[in-house]
Amino acid sequence: MTPADGSRGGVPTLEITGAVKRYANGHLAVKGVDLHADEGEFVVFVGPSGCGKSTLLRMIAGLESVTEGEVRLKGRVVNDVEPADRDIAMVFQNYALYPHMSVYDNLAYGLRNRKIPKPEIDRRVREAAEMLQIGEYLARKPGALSGGQRQRVAMGRCIVRDPAIFLFDEPLSNLDAKLRTQMRLEIRRLQRRLGVAAVYVTHDQVEAMTLADRIVVLNGGRVEQIGAPVEVYNAPASTFVASFIGAPAMNLFPAEAEGGAIRVDGGSAPAPARARGAVTAGLRPEKARLVPAGGGLPFTVETVEELGATRLVHGHVGAASFVVSLEAGVSPPGETCAVTADPADVHLFDRGSGARL
Amino acid sequence: MPDASFDAAADAPSPAAKGAARRAPALRLRWSSVFNHGVLIFGVFLMMGPVVIAFTSSTFDPIAIHRDGLKLGWGGEFLSTYDTVLFEKSGFTKEVNGLLMLFNSMVMGLGFAIGKVVVSILAAYAIVYFRFRGATVCFWVIFSTLLLPLEVRILPSYEVVQSLGLLNTYTGLIVPLIASATGTFFFRQFFKSVPEELLEAARIDGANWWRFLVDILVPLSRTMIAAIFIIMFVVGWNQYLWPTLMTTEEGYFTIVRGIKQIMQVWIGANIPAYNEALALAVLAMLPPVLIVVIFQRMFIKGLVETEK
Ligand SMILES: Nc1ncnc2c1ncn2[C@@H]1O[C@H](COP(=O)(O)OP(=O)(O)O)[C@@H](O)[C@H]1O
Ligand SMILES: [Mg+2]
Repeated sequence: MTPADGSRGGVPTLEITGAVKRYANGHLAVKGVDLHADEGEFVVFVGPSGCGKSTLLRMIAGLESVTEGEVRLKGRVVNDVEPADRDIAMVFQNYALYPHMSVYDNLAYGLRNRKIPKPEIDRRVREAAEMLQIGEYLARKPGALSGGQRQRVAMGRCIVRDPAIFLFDEPLSNLDAKLRTQMRLEIRRLQRRLGVAAVYVTHDQVEAMTLADRIVVLNGGRVEQIGAPVEVYNAPASTFVASFIGAPAMNLFPAEAEGGAIRVDGGSAPAPARARGAVTAGLRPEKARLVPAGGGLPFTVETVEELGATRLVHGHVGAASFVVSLEAGVSPPGETCAVTADPADVHLFDRGSGARL
Repeated sequence: MPDASFDAAADAPSPAAKGAARRAPALRLRWSSVFNHGVLIFGVFLMMGPVVIAFTSSTFDPIAIHRDGLKLGWGGEFLSTYDTVLFEKSGFTKEVNGLLMLFNSMVMGLGFAIGKVVVSILAAYAIVYFRFRGATVCFWVIFSTLLLPLEVRILPSYEVVQSLGLLNTYTGLIVPLIASATGTFFFRQFFKSVPEELLEAARIDGANWWRFLVDILVPLSRTMIAAIFIIMFVVGWNQYLWPTLMTTEEGYFTIVRGIKQIMQVWIGANIPAYNEALALAVLAMLPPVLIVVIFQRMFIKGLVETEK
């Protein structure tokens, strides 16, 4: 894995500086984004629907123009370069396979347009087909393939091009849950094996966590945080990231910080000493502990969800709803009890801006 | 043409429907289906009756037809009548026979159909994929020409063709008719339903506008093309008014126009050659019918199915 700071040296495969996208109707979809992807790095854009992930990806692909800023691929500014000449390959959400062409022709089409010699095309297509285990379907039309197989063909079309970077726009969202997990692993395995950088768009934080070398959390056309999955999970830069990454989501509640503790409704729990005054505190369900009343922030049990491996205890801390995840078989110490945690697990955010303190 | 498509639809049921019919109890007589078939048979009788009578009558000699009216049965003059009609030079100039007229009609029908398909595809392609300013306006302008059929603009059209010196040419016969609002409309609707990502994938695959059209859009539209081609071929074949105006040399007569002309020539002191006129009518009907019969499957597919 390439370190997040790009210390491998050389120019990054992808570099975006000050990227802004304003659509023809005046809608500002991307509001100034800076990021980069190093050689062989797997970068995931994650964020809620409509936050501009696809727009940003399509700007990299050249399918949308760049209103302001620069997109560089391997050091070359590509703002005005045609998609075909950018050395990229893209997997679309609905795969966008050519329905009237055989799988073989689907893979070969781009190479033929590039005037690559026939034997070379054949070699590349067969190699990719073998890698993806679609060799026996080469003569079929996409209509005669299952969802997973189409997905592989779409990836094959990228692989044969041997691009500098793969672009994926929610490629797994049309598959059922089981296949999704399987294909997720496969995409990761392939990308590692080929050593080609990738940008992957998803709204699913689990996909983001599992695939990424680096996660880019987007919100409303802006970058909220960029970092390795653990970093983003352990030190979310804002309440938005905190609530978006991790499932079940982090509990966020208003609290009074008084240097080393937070206080809600007369109860208190240990916290980092970084802040004082009104804050938004954050505590992940799996890091919260339930103790008898008086030992922390007052908590009333409302319902218990049994998940097999864990149990989710729902209740309130102050006015905010709060979830605690307990190991299987462990019961809350009583109807009314208290929540506490290690100070290192308590996150503090600015009450107004939501920024991490 | 709606009748033909109706018939074709009736005898091309989906596999599922066939299977269901096989499994249904065979003995129960269902009055609704008796009624339905009654209506269908009556329709077939209405449509086919005149054709059959025209054909059988054409096998009699003209005197018998003149005396007894149209005839059912076999008159025995089949070979001689059709031989005369097809191969004997006739008309004022003795320059034209049935075969040449069939050829002219074929040129007209094919030119008309191919021209319309090509022009419509190009127009629709421009309107849907090249977002130039005023594309929508262009489309509605084209669409509004539906309000101006040939009959309305026939004088100016004639004027233009005549001043270009295209009277009595195939070009003059075909080109003024090939702009098609209907075809453009159908292709526009179809192109609009093709997923945008297909264009984007093709762009990434290095297809320019021409390759995208030829490699992707046209193959995707092929059932649509077949359907429009068939309809337009039949319409082109059956053109009467325009060829009548455009062609004064008999060597350019189409068969539909020729029927009338030959009747006129032969009306004189003699009994009109009814049999030959009828034979010509039967011959005139044959190619469009064959085209529809042969391509009906594609035709239906084009109208009801989209492959994307
Ligand atoms: N062609 C367009 N014209 C105008 N607005 C658009 C266009 N495409 C997307 N948008 C808007 O831009 C925003 C971001 O869209 P998108 O990048 O597709 O979001 P995401 O992929 O994160 O769900 C959305 O609010 C969307 O409505
Ligand atoms: Mg999207």
